[in-house]
Amino acid sequence: MHQSRIVITGIGLTSPNGNTLEEYRKNLLDGVARIQMIDLRYMGKVPAGVCDFDPKKYQTRKELRVGTRAGSIAIYSAREAIADSGLDFENMDKSRFGVYIGTTEHGNVETENEVYNISKFDYDTRYWTHHHNPRTVANNPAGEITINTGITGPHYTIGAACAAGNAGLVQALQMLRLGEVDVALAGGVSESIQSFGIFAGFKSQGALGTHESDPNKTSRPFDKTRNGIVVSEGGCIYVLERLEDAQARGANIIAEIVGYKINSDASDYVLPNPERQAECMRAALKVAGMQADEVDIVNTHATSTPMGDIQECKAIREVFGECATTYINNTKSFIGHAMGAAGALELAGNIPSFKDNIIHPTINVEQLDPECHLTNLVINKPRKVDAVKVILNNSFGMLGINSALIVRKFED
Amino acid sequence: MTEDQVKQIVVDIINEIAPDEDTTGLKDEINLRDQMDLDSMDFLDIVMELRKQHGIEVPEAEYPQLASLASCGTYLTPLFNAK
Repeated sequence: MHQSRIVITGIGLTSPNGNTLEEYRKNLLDGVARIQMIDLRYMGKVPAGVCDFDPKKYQTRKELRVGTRAGSIAIYSAREAIADSGLDFENMDKSRFGVYIGTTEHGNVETENEVYNISKFDYDTRYWTHHHNPRTVANNPAGEITINTGITGPHYTIGAACAAGNAGLVQALQMLRLGEVDVALAGGVSESIQSFGIFAGFKSQGALGTHESDPNKTSRPFDKTRNGIVVSEGGCIYVLERLEDAQARGANIIAEIVGYKINSDASDYVLPNPERQAECMRAALKVAGMQADEVDIVNTHATSTPMGDIQECKAIREVFGECATTYINNTKSFIGHAMGAAGALELAGNIPSFKDNIIHPTINVEQLDPECHLTNLVINKPRKVDAVKVILNNSFGMLGINSALIVRKFED
Repeated sequence: MTEDQVKQIVVDIINEIAPDEDTTGLKDEINLRDQMDLDSMDFLDIVMELRKQHGIEVPEAEYPQLASLASCGTYLTPLFNAK
């Protein structure tokens, strides 16, 4: 069966350390993280990744009042991606666009806010907002994009825990290949820093990161003293098109998605399974028709938890242990864990490597955990190489969902 | 409380829930929805804010009484004064 090649022709994002790909990339190469302490209801001060994009750039004040933070992040990222793509968007058939947005969760923030609101009225449910249901339906962030842009093609979110960003891209690729849509807006978003429950849950699990003095050093995957996750908000949305369509309009083709796989551990609610993770990476390579040593960068999922990082390192050693020119890095050491946005956002931070041939490092490794030793782990400072042509992005999530996405520098 | 004061309370609420709208020239007798971009959810916001901020309960059957500033004044002023 002939399958169209699927290419990336636009990227829009907001990350704790950048509201454009250029700013974000510069900070990844300069070692700049921007984690801050926030004051969270019931929790007090906690480290978190906060985005400072201007939501009024694309939304009215009323839209901001009625909608959700996830919706705002999604709209900003989608609009930036459309602008980056060079599409003649206003004059296009909006019914041929699809919107596929990965989310780890949605609705916690809005539900917690309403419970808090009615607590001020003696829990009288007459004070519960009529905005609750449209704000908390699972398709909210994708639906807000369609209302803001006028897109009338399909929209939905893909719930895939912290593999969701990659899952959004996989869904879009498949819909483009099926001919369901001609242009896809796809990626992931997260508003999780406004939910005390997410932080409290990680804390009760022993998985919420802390650092005695510097929030920017809290997320430290592979470091011997790592002690947990920094929760972040963020979003990253790509414009995806079939290659023939992109070429016909003379688009700037940023990269090609050549391989992907999503599988399941089927073993534990939270503890990752390196055997299944390795299978996932190998299966993605098979889809791409590649050998492991053809991959130049493996961008890890590692979240800075004691066990999770070790498990992923085992899986990477299994697949890439013999590869002399495959380099390993991690983006969460800068931006924390952007949950549903993580896969898409972390991939974006590495895509400029196709042009500059520099691999951004994983930072905050003061003492490498021997159990996280990986040959070619790029630690604390960027690494310049001869050429970067292939990136494999890992994103894994709770309930044992694994995803690996392989992106190649575009060559006709 | 006078009808004018009650109408100003309604305008203040509208300014909160529809911050992009210009409420300076609102006509008394014309339906609010014919003068501004207000949808049904916005009207429910007006009802909610009357309840939250002022303890005024507007039953669903009476929602049409909130159609214009003039009808808001006529309908709501006795409720405010009965508090």
